[in-house]
Amino acid sequence: MLDVNAIRADFPILQDPRYVYFDNAATSQRPRQVLEAIDSFYRTTNANPLRGLYEWSVGATEAYEQARHTVAEHVNAKEDCEIIFVRNATEALNLVAYSYAMTNVQEGDEIVVTVLEHHSNLLPWQMVADAKKAKLIFLEPQEDGIITEEMLKSAITSKTKIVAMTMVSNVLGKVTPVANAAKLVHAAGAVLVLDGAQGVPHQAVDVQKLDCDFLSFSGHKMLGPMGIGALYAKKALLEKMPPFLRGGEMIEYVTRNSATYAELPHKFEAGTVNAADAVGMAAGIKYLQQVGFEEIEAQEQKLVSILLEGMKQLPYVQVYGPADAALHSGIVTFNIEGCHPHDISTVLDDEHIAIRAGHHCAQPLMEYLQEKCHMEFRATARASVYFYNTEEEAHRFIDAMGKIRKWLGF
Amino acid sequence: MELKDLYREIVNEHNLHPSHKGDMEQPSMILNGVNPSCGDDIYLQLKLDENDMVVDGMFNGSGCAISQASADMMLDVIIGKSKDEALKLAETFMGMVRSTADPSEFEALEEAAALESIAHMPARVKCATLGWKTMQRMLRDGESETPVSTENE
Ligand SMILES: Cc1ncc(COP(=O)(O)O)c(C=O)c1O
Repeated sequence: MLDVNAIRADFPILQDPRYVYFDNAATSQRPRQVLEAIDSFYRTTNANPLRGLYEWSVGATEAYEQARHTVAEHVNAKEDCEIIFVRNATEALNLVAYSYAMTNVQEGDEIVVTVLEHHSNLLPWQMVADAKKAKLIFLEPQEDGIITEEMLKSAITSKTKIVAMTMVSNVLGKVTPVANAAKLVHAAGAVLVLDGAQGVPHQAVDVQKLDCDFLSFSGHKMLGPMGIGALYAKKALLEKMPPFLRGGEMIEYVTRNSATYAELPHKFEAGTVNAADAVGMAAGIKYLQQVGFEEIEAQEQKLVSILLEGMKQLPYVQVYGPADAALHSGIVTFNIEGCHPHDISTVLDDEHIAIRAGHHCAQPLMEYLQEKCHMEFRATARASVYFYNTEEEAHRFIDAMGKIRKWLGF
Repeated sequence: MELKDLYREIVNEHNLHPSHKGDMEQPSMILNGVNPSCGDDIYLQLKLDENDMVVDGMFNGSGCAISQASADMMLDVIIGKSKDEALKLAETFMGMVRSTADPSEFEALEEAAALESIAHMPARVKCATLGWKTMQRMLRDGESETPVSTENE
């Protein structure tokens, strides 16, 4: 059993009991271990990593590469060089689009995505499709949000070059056929891009078992700082890909008119790297490992069950996504009859309860839900929990839910 | 005003029982205003007479309570005013919710002045200003039948 109170004691921002933070899918909070790791980097070994030939710079380089090792091990990458540090999941996906897709997708090819995607895993593919005159193929979920393996299978053709899919939808939870996707995708000669922004923070991820070709994730959704994230990519692919950004640090030799590039992973990390935040991200990962994903998932499931049960008692509440709490990955997306999600969020804020309201950077999904589930507005409210949230908070939230319609004049 | 009082005393009534919601016959101008990030969407319709007086107005559409109530309250104040007066009120309202206007002017906004506390909710300013911005674009810029967006402020 998780000792949630002991865990909460590690999070400075969670010390004020008035506040209920249920917007963890947007960004998590950070424990002092992460804050201290960043602080300690700047206090004790700050210098430009990978450049200097003196003690501090060597220390900074070591800390940075150690952080890479922690991230690599965490997702079970075969080698550390398969982890490229980027700013966030968005940048990771753009790297794949600009570097891999722009060189491998040709006119008439197909890129398969889902209607669920966060704009970060849609706009880069729109760009590639436009530039290359390729075609975007959309997978549409069932009413409960689930996309089956069969659906994926029937979307893949001999023209498919890329399948880009989220591991966990930031609106509906674990609804994509991730486990066997690689087999289907590779059989067609295509590559599998998984957006792990919502997946990696909430479950143990093994890229070798998933056999995905690319995986994107952000540090800030998994206890780490903002401004750091990672792209996992298979080494064989990275070796053949051209650089994404060019400049310092990523070179081997430069003449007036040409350059050769550094070895992996540095070929993809142009400019001074964000070493301190990489160290912070690694500290967050270590914290998660110490808590353990079994415990994390169990706690999230318990909280989601309270939320789903509580909402079931309110006849004017509609919940989106699967019925099974285990598939929610901490996310409960809902609407209240007659109430716009923004008003819901505003009156909950007055109770010091933080949730997200709006389109969740998934406008095509909102449009789809509006049609399929007869949503009043093209927006939803979303409560998202993490392992440090408590049952008491979940009950407080449900109590407040019961009053929203009254507050909004019904 | 406390947030829940603001809803209870003002916003809910205008949202749930608006006086000016619907479609009017033969408006002189009609314009769609949208907040893409919220999904707020209104069609503002105004009727002006030969002296540029706003003689009638209606709005239609859907969105959050603040966007809908604000549009309704706006029509309460601007119907019967001249075009110039309506535009002056829009300036005042915009200044009020961004905390840049002189409070002594708020009285002219009548009930719409109650939305002053929106200034403390930056995320909702766009909702409150949607109707007013749409009206500005119609009367000041002469736009009609083209979408107006309050995004990217
Ligand atoms: C599923 C999904 N993909 C991608 C992203 C983008 O993450 P970031 O904004 O950190 O790049 C998010 C975060 O909002 C997300 O939920």
